[in-house]
Amino acid sequence: MNILWLSVSDPEPGLGNYANLFESEALPRIIWTTVRICIITTLLSVSLGYCLAYAMVHAYRKEQNMMLTFLLVSFWISILVRTFSWLMLLGRKGLVNEWLDAIGIISEPIAFMRNELGVLIGMVHYMVPYAVLPLLVNMQTLDQRVMSASRNLGATGAQTFFRIYLPMTKPGIVASVLLVFILSLGFYVTPAVLGGGKVLMVAEYISVQLLITLKWGIAAMLAALMLFGVLVMLWVMNRFMKLSTVFGGATS
Amino acid sequence: MKPSFLSLFNRAGAWVLLMFLVLPALIAIPVSLTPKRFLSMPKGEFSLRHFEKLFTSENWLSSFGQSAVIASSTSFLATALGTLCAIGLWRISSKYSEVVRAFLLLPLIIPQIISAMAFYRLWIPMGLLDSYSGLIIAHTILAAPMVLITVSASLANFDPKLEQASRNLGASNWTTMRRVILPSVRPGVMAGALFAFILSWDEIVVTLFISKFKVYTLPRRMWNGIRENTDPTVAAAAVVLIAITIIAFVVSALISRRRTQPDHT
Repeated sequence: MNILWLSVSDPEPGLGNYANLFESEALPRIIWTTVRICIITTLLSVSLGYCLAYAMVHAYRKEQNMMLTFLLVSFWISILVRTFSWLMLLGRKGLVNEWLDAIGIISEPIAFMRNELGVLIGMVHYMVPYAVLPLLVNMQTLDQRVMSASRNLGATGAQTFFRIYLPMTKPGIVASVLLVFILSLGFYVTPAVLGGGKVLMVAEYISVQLLITLKWGIAAMLAALMLFGVLVMLWVMNRFMKLSTVFGGATS
Repeated sequence: MKPSFLSLFNRAGAWVLLMFLVLPALIAIPVSLTPKRFLSMPKGEFSLRHFEKLFTSENWLSSFGQSAVIASSTSFLATALGTLCAIGLWRISSKYSEVVRAFLLLPLIIPQIISAMAFYRLWIPMGLLDSYSGLIIAHTILAAPMVLITVSASLANFDPKLEQASRNLGASNWTTMRRVILPSVRPGVMAGALFAFILSWDEIVVTLFISKFKVYTLPRRMWNGIRENTDPTVAAAAVVLIAITIIAFVVSALISRRRTQPDHT
């Protein structure tokens, strides 16, 4: 990975590429799109993931194993397959539109694809398992007796949840937020397919610059920015949860 | 805690969410059975023609073959590297080895597009672009951390005293490694090999960058099919991929069950 730093300074010496960032019009827009989509994806996936992890921790042993199986199966199904499925579901003549039409809710197909909505659906679908795993690891280590103690001392269920449970799961939440954010930042496949060229995110822009217009400088600059952001976030995450723990949950 | 209305609601919601995660991927199954020439749901009649096409077409079969070759070699190399690395780090286990470990895990989390770019840039002068060895090396670098994790997890449960005992009884370093350490981390090694295989089998982003004509892996062919968006053969290929994933998953579940069984009995 060190070589990346080389490719940052190599294409054109100096900071010309970075100045480009502020001068050109397209670049800030692409970065803004990327960040916005990543933030929405992260919020949605982590809140959904939180509910799921909460339900899993409190389910009976057998049900919990079943849930975990489902989660991991969806985790391991190829990203291409999943994106392709959404393509079939969400297209103009896709299944969702056909069904809605058949029921009579809509008269005209809704545009799910080639816009941010499609990209968001695809990305959230991909990210939820990643959001759940760190949360699950974190929640499983909590001492249930603390919650009982809180109830014993007269707190209501909601109070216990918000004042005791939520703060105690904070490391899990932070780890999960950062993990999902980092992964969605560099996400290539789903935005490229479901965005259909209309929603341009940084990863796709980099690949266009490299493979089609051959502008190594700009691509390297964007990659460096992304890498820098990722490393900072990793550093923050490392203070809350070890990286290997997060993935350890994924593989066991 | 007694099950309240809220927790029931939560549990139902969790199942709905799980369905949302799993079911959409399965849509490929009915679509692959459509008798029509374009992507559609079968209405009343089914046909296997797209599977037939998939398994008779020269292009698809060669892609399957190439992917299998690349994924198996990757799995083999990554497992060897990752296992050695994990054992090494475990033996040394100092403050620095933790730093090294964190560094080694980076390829897992660095956005793939950045790795792809780095490989592309590096492979050009090395002449590895668009070759089997280029892809295999790149995939190995991406997959080895996965093996490192699973083997490290196995090692965490391994009692270091066993190693000392073996050395005490006069076994050489190599014998200890082969007869004591390796057998006890075997589940981790196997799981790691499996994950490495899946990772390489599915890899698309890096593959897109560093292969062009000569090497055309399965994900690459699917990717093109998806972008052109008409051919249900892709759906058939997707079904085959899902089947493989599920088989791999069952195998890994069996391995991990065998690993945990001694604890229960």
